[in-house]
Formats: sequence, C-alpha cells, structure tokens
Amino acid sequence: MGFDIQAELPKLLWLGIGVAAFLAVIGLLLVIVDRGPRCRRDWWQAACFLTPAGVLLVVGLLYPVVRTTVLSVRDRGGTAWVGLDNYAWMLTQPEILLVLRNTLLWVLFAPLLATAIGLAYAVLVDRSRYEAVAKSMLFMPMAISFVGASIIWKFVYTYRPAGTDQIGLLNQVVVWLGGEPRQWLLDQPLNTLLLIVVLIWIQAGFAMVVQSAAIKAVPDDIIEAARIDGVNAWQQFWRVTLPMIWPTVAVVLITISVQTLKVFDIVRTMTGGQFHTSVIANEMYNQAFRYGELGRGSALAVVLFVLVIPLVLVQIANTRRTREAR
Amino acid sequence: MTPAPMSSVARVRRALTSRAASAAAIVIAIAWTVPTAGLLVSSVRPEERIMTSGWWSVLADPTLTLRNYEEVLFARDGSGQLASYFVNSFAIAVPSMVFVVVLSALTAYALVWLRFPGRDWLFVGVFALQIVPLQMALVPLLRLLSEGATIGGVEVLPAWELRGAFQFTPVWLAHTIFGLPLGIFLMHNFVAQLPRSLIEAARADGAGHGMIFRGIVLPLIAPALVSLALLEFLWVWNDLLVALIFAGGSVEVAPLTVRLAEMAGTRGGEWQRLTAGAFVSMVVPLLVFLSLQRYFARGLLAGSVKG
Repeated sequence: MGFDIQAELPKLLWLGIGVAAFLAVIGLLLVIVDRGPRCRRDWWQAACFLTPAGVLLVVGLLYPVVRTTVLSVRDRGGTAWVGLDNYAWMLTQPEILLVLRNTLLWVLFAPLLATAIGLAYAVLVDRSRYEAVAKSMLFMPMAISFVGASIIWKFVYTYRPAGTDQIGLLNQVVVWLGGEPRQWLLDQPLNTLLLIVVLIWIQAGFAMVVQSAAIKAVPDDIIEAARIDGVNAWQQFWRVTLPMIWPTVAVVLITISVQTLKVFDIVRTMTGGQFHTSVIANEMYNQAFRYGELGRGSALAVVLFVLVIPLVLVQIANTRRTREAR
Repeated sequence: MTPAPMSSVARVRRALTSRAASAAAIVIAIAWTVPTAGLLVSSVRPEERIMTSGWWSVLADPTLTLRNYEEVLFARDGSGQLASYFVNSFAIAVPSMVFVVVLSALTAYALVWLRFPGRDWLFVGVFALQIVPLQMALVPLLRLLSEGATIGGVEVLPAWELRGAFQFTPVWLAHTIFGLPLGIFLMHNFVAQLPRSLIEAARADGAGHGMIFRGIVLPLIAPALVSLALLEFLWVWNDLLVALIFAGGSVEVAPLTVRLAEMAGTRGGEWQRLTAGAFVSMVVPLLVFLSLQRYFARGLLAGSVKG
C-alpha cells in the first residue's frame, strides 16, 4: 500500500484555490461592469465581458496558428528559413507517404461506416419497445476515452499461439470457425483497418443519436401518405426518410471526418504508430515533441489544418442552408 | 388508424423484414457491448486465469477477485499507482470545465446582447476558430507557457517554472483555450434564443449588463450550462494529447489517460493491470453519462463540431 493521501492534498487545495479565484475575478468583473459609463454603445461593457476569453483566444489560438505556419517553412530549431523543404520532405519520404495513405484510409472508412451503422441502428430501433435501452448500448462507448476504448479493443485482438487457449475474442472466434489465430496488429494494411474499427465503435453512437433525432422530426403525415401509397419499409427508408434527413446525415459525416483526420489517441495506444499504422496527427506529435523537428512537425500540422478547412466550409454552407429552410 | 389490407405475400415479407431487422439490431447491440463486458469481466479475474483462458470461460470457472484493482490503484512498485492519477484527472477536469463554461456564457452574452460595432464579425471569427486543429497550436503554446514571451526586449510573460500542484495551471489554460470556441458557439445558440423583451425590460428598469447576466440570463440558460459542462468534463477527462504535452508523464500532474497509454505501451501484456486500469479510467465518465444522458445528448445535438 503506497497511496499517500498527504501527497494528494496540495492538488485538491490548488484545485479549490484556482476555481475560487477564477469565480471571484468573474464576480468582481460583473460588479465593475455596472459601475462603468453607460452610453448608447456598450464599449465599456464589451471590454469587460470579452477581454478574458479574447486574450486567451488570441494568445492561445490565433497567435499559435500564425506561428506554426511560419515554423513550417523553417528548419528543425525554428531559426533558419528553408522554404518548402519540410513539405517536400513529406512527399519524398516513403514513411510519410505511408502516413498520408493511412490517414486517407481512416477518412474513407471511419466516417462512412460509423454514419451508416448509426443510421441503420437508429432506423431499426425506432419506435421499438426497447428503444431507450437499445440506444444506450450503442451510445455508451461515447463516454469512454479513446485510450480506454483502445485498451478494450487491444484485448479483443490479443493473440496466443495456436493450440493454446485464446484470450482475445477475435482469435477465439476465428478458432471456433476453424481458422488459425493471427497477430492482427502486425500486418499492414489490415492493422490500420482494425484500428479504424475502434473509432467506428466510438463514433457510431454519436451518429445514431443525431440521426435518430432527425428521423423523429420527419412529419408523421408524410410517412402516413407513403404508407397509404403501399410503400414497404425498405422503399420508405430510401425514398422518404433518407432524402428528408439528408442534411443531418451530411453534418454527421463531416463531423466524424474532421474527428477522424485528427485521430491520435487510438494509434498511439494500440500500436504507437509502429507496424506502418501511423497517421498525420501521430507523426506530427513524434516529429515535434519526440524528435525535436519543429519545422517538420509544424508542416504536418499545417497539412492537417488545410485538409480540415474544406470539410468545415461545406459544414457551414450546409448549416446555413438548413437554417434558411426553416 | 386501421392498417391497409395486405396480401398474404406482403404480410410474409413484412414479417421477414421485421425479423431480419431485429436480428440486425441485436447483432449491432452485441458487437457494441461485448468488448466492454469482456474488459469488465477480465478485470475481476485472477492474473493466471486472465493469461491462460478467455474471459468467456468465467461461467465455467467463476473465480473472482478485486486484487487487480488493489494493485493497480495503490501499489507503489510502478504497477499503476492509479489512485494518484485519478486525483490528477479530477484536478485537471474540474477547473477546466468551470473556466470554459463561465467564460463561454460570458462571451456569448456579450456577442448577443451588447451593442457595439463589429460584434457580428467577432462572432464569425470565434466560429471560424472552431476549425483550428489542436495540433496547430501545440508547439507555440507550449513554448509560450514554458519559456515566456518578450516583445521588443520587454518581458510580457515570464517563463513559468512551476513545481508540485502548480503544474496543473498550464494544463487548465490549454484546455480552457481549446474548449472556448465550441463553448462560445454552443452558448451563443442558447443565449440568442432568450426573448428580447426580457432583456429590454430589465434595461429599462435600470439594471446593468452585469446584473442582467448574473440575475436573469444565467438561471435561464442553466440547462444549457449543464450540457456544456458535461461535454467539457468528459472531453477533458478523456483527453490524451493535451495532457501529454502540457502535463507530461509525472505522477504529480499526469491524468489517467496518460498513465494508461504508457502502461499499454510498456506493459502491453499485463492484462490484469490494463483491464482494471482501463475500467478505473472509465468509471467516472460512465457514471456521469448514465446519470445525465439526456443532457449529454442535448449537448451533442446542439453543436457537434469540436476543434
């Protein structure tokens, strides 16, 4: 027994002080704001309300974005200008090309399958007797960390030599079906696909909840009219429900795509990026924080950023269209 | 409603579809719960059983123990010591959550109800910040916090040399910064739905914006605050990347996720520790999730893009 409560007290104390001090400052701010001048324009009030978050966002996000972009055209220490060398390096190194290919695999499979499974499940359990429980089952992985989920699945993929008892579920199923157990996480590109399964497992619940809400918002009279026209369940889904909820499906697809592009925890926990499973976010971390290659790490971050931008633009256009339609 | 008369063929087909549909739903539900169940069952099996037989054989051989938890939580020999990391996770998640929720509400209020030129452009700017991936901010922010900043020879931010519990501060700051764009966006949606007449009546009675925010707006958006707090808490609790970079790996500040990822890397075969450890990290999110599921779903529905 080595747990020492005394060593933990300072943490909780600092937690309490931090929160109390923050709330005191905000409380004071709310008093000060009403003491200030009141004019037609709320300059003073805006300054009081916006300064805390404004400073944090400018210093913590805006400045870093500019700085990272600048670093991406500099050398490893961030001092000398190297032009586009870091980007050229990316496109000429076989390892990094592999990283880009893996990221592509992730973005191709994870959003599509997670959205499809979530949608199918939402339709299947809609208005069934056990809907609430059934939904919780799919939704539950959303609460688990990517690290926790990775450990859960690493255990599912565990390998024991043929002839001994398997302890991993996947190999046991293979053995039951008469096959040979395998070391699933060693062979590319299968290992990357097996890592993608973990993200699908996490994100399907999100896809299900959002799409289920959209399905419930489809007006009853439209469904009724289709049914009177003699449409069966299958046709009803493809010709009525899906077109009606398409904007939501698109939002879910894109949201998961953005998440997928930034995936890091799963790869790091399950393989550490070994066996040809690395992705951009993982490589960025390695270059910048393990090898001290600030230039290359920053260039990878910029690539990630550039890949995310079009997705978000589509997202914004989509949101605006649905708002106008309302 | 009376069902339209059906031919017998149609009836058979419908029965088959609904049976196939139920079967499909059950298969998915099983695939989504069995891996977690396997982890839970394994975490209470003795080490030698975990290593030599599948967890599904527990029914034939129900030997259960809490030893794994005892070891992984409290033993000092480097086998986990997760109790300390558990406290760290709390010490990181709670303040970050409070900071994000309060600052988001404050900022959203200003962006909706204060009158000053450029207000809408500011909101568009905050909205746009949501798309910045964490990765874009990590290197400069870490340098800023660890090395300080000088502008034109004047030190505007000193280098932080923090010891002990004070090392949580940069982690709080980083999480707050990364949580704000989504938080402000979500709160903006809620604050903008408040009736204009309400705010204007209070203004006419002579209330200042500080008082309106504290006395009228905060109570009215309380459910939204809970939703955001929940999302933010889970997000910070489950985060690995920010913690790795701003907290490092020491037992003084690193959260559970960092320790678990490390154990998965260095002690990948010690399933008795990994399974128990993973469950220790999951128990708080699962409890929060099960008790407040409705708020969680609402938060997700309100805005689903996280930067």
